[in-house]
Amino acid sequence: MKRVFLIGNPNVGKSALFSRLTGIDVICSNYPGTTVEYCKGYIKAGDEKIEVIDVPGTYSLYATSKAEEVAVKMLEEGADIVINIVDSTNLERNLNLTLQLLKKNIPVIVALNFWDETKHKGISIDVKELEKLLGVPVVATCARTGEGIKELIDRLKEARSKTYEFVEEEKWKEIGKIINRVQKLSHKHHTFLDQLSEISIRPLTGILFALIVLYITFKIVRFIAEGLILLIEPIFNEYYVPFISNIVEKTIPIKFLQDLLLGTTHKVMESFGLLTTGLYIPFVAVLPYILSFYIVLGFLEDIGYLPRVGVLLDVFLHRIGVHGYTSIPILLGFGCKVPGMLATRILETEREKMIATALILMMSPCMPQTAMIISLVSPYGIRYLFLIFSILFFIAIINGFILHKILKGETPELFVEIPPYRLPYIPTLIKKLWIRLKAFLQEAVPMIIFGVFIAGVLDIFGITNFIAKIFGKPLIWLFGLPKEIVPVMILGFLRKDVSIALLTPFNLNIKQILIASVFMVLYLPCIATFFTLLKEMGPKRTAKIIFLMLFTAIFVSALLNLVL
Amino acid sequence: MKTKTDVTQLNEGQKAKVVEIHGGCGLIKKLDTLGIRPGVEIKKIGSQILKGPQILKIANTYVAIGFGMAKKIIVEKI
Repeated sequence: MKRVFLIGNPNVGKSALFSRLTGIDVICSNYPGTTVEYCKGYIKAGDEKIEVIDVPGTYSLYATSKAEEVAVKMLEEGADIVINIVDSTNLERNLNLTLQLLKKNIPVIVALNFWDETKHKGISIDVKELEKLLGVPVVATCARTGEGIKELIDRLKEARSKTYEFVEEEKWKEIGKIINRVQKLSHKHHTFLDQLSEISIRPLTGILFALIVLYITFKIVRFIAEGLILLIEPIFNEYYVPFISNIVEKTIPIKFLQDLLLGTTHKVMESFGLLTTGLYIPFVAVLPYILSFYIVLGFLEDIGYLPRVGVLLDVFLHRIGVHGYTSIPILLGFGCKVPGMLATRILETEREKMIATALILMMSPCMPQTAMIISLVSPYGIRYLFLIFSILFFIAIINGFILHKILKGETPELFVEIPPYRLPYIPTLIKKLWIRLKAFLQEAVPMIIFGVFIAGVLDIFGITNFIAKIFGKPLIWLFGLPKEIVPVMILGFLRKDVSIALLTPFNLNIKQILIASVFMVLYLPCIATFFTLLKEMGPKRTAKIIFLMLFTAIFVSALLNLVL
Repeated sequence: MKTKTDVTQLNEGQKAKVVEIHGGCGLIKKLDTLGIRPGVEIKKIGSQILKGPQILKIANTYVAIGFGMAKKIIVEKI
């Protein structure tokens, strides 16, 4: 089977084009470095089945970074055709990679993507002329609408290699010659988005702008999530619970199974039945927050705001050993730590990855955890929520600072392209939201239900009390928490949202809730995070990070118990 | 003769032409990939406080570059 590689600079819409070609949904955003893994898909060209591979973006084939090295290696090992995706609003810079590709012995076809944007940017490109000069097919495309995709597939067979001869030292002169022949610029006034772009990266206005964005984000996330909960919760409590209780009690006469399915009490958050609490946690308490968070995040990603946050925070993050772009993995971590950790691949050095990982694990409790903390804490007032997040923030910063001092090496400087603001395209947003919700429904929900099941089994067989008796003492003494919480903490390794939800029946006071929440966020990664950590960092560094987390959790919780 | 300076010294909105890059092969290649090379016209959009990243516009591309790196880009004001 033939293998086609999609290669281009970062943020030229490779993933969007990949989705268009193969029909496979992958996450696309408006910032460099969204794709950190290779995605495979298939297309049919005539009768032939062709494999398509989406490669993370690269500026050149010199292999100046690890991502580029991998791209070059893969290319040389197994590409039959390269689709070189070019940002047509940045033709000159993008042609650099194109010319390098044309030197290789692999047939190339060029896709001029973002074709729709050239018009309002006052750029006109003579596609026919470019094709003649380069000697390979050039197709104008717009991945968003699908324009040009069919032509691209039809013309794959026309791809050619080694059609352009030039001396390496003269490459920019060559590119200049091509540009003069094919591209005409007409002056266009700054659009509103251009102006907004400059406002949001200038220091003073930028910080103000960021604060406003943060405030609005927070407001919208809460507004949507709480609105949904207000809508779903009554339906769940008043219709679903009586309905399912009725059925179970009538059809299953065995008391033990009834307890397991419905729980032992009638309060939904305290019963820990598989069909009551087991569904309440994922669908009523967590899903609304996941949904609202990813709606807002998707919007910010696609408009292109995130790299600007990176620029604004660079000075600050440099003090703890990472550059500003680390703020993107951290932000993703607020949704779920797994994609957050995968995103650290955009960082250059191992040292940075280590610090970034520690920051993600400590600073950003994932959305399911946050949702449960909110539901537990908000009856006491929003200021406690704020307090928990501030504590986590400071702990992460202090840890980052210490790691920065301990680990040898330098912090690389920020070097990043800032994408233009683009109006988000609603179908793309919905698709991305669906990919993320699907991941939650398929991977997290079964784990949550399983966690509730384990909790129920432990409780019914009295194992909970047994563990509590053995390990309870230090808990009372160190953290001021009741000893019955021990099994809950052990379950946190499975799913943290479940373990925080499990705190409800204990009627803790607010101080205990604060300590327990902070402890649960910090002490261990959940099982999904753990395996990602292992894959990304290897066993040695995983062990180090987990030790650091455990130590921090115990130290901070004990300290909080003393001072609060 | 026009005065040479580095990118960090430029004012917001100032246009300049890159004269040379004071750095090793790695830095030169890195900057080259984003189109920053001798002879190219750049525009400084702004800089973050406390020796933060410098924001430049090259053709249609906005780039943020760390302060230390920007110091090594020698330019001539236009």
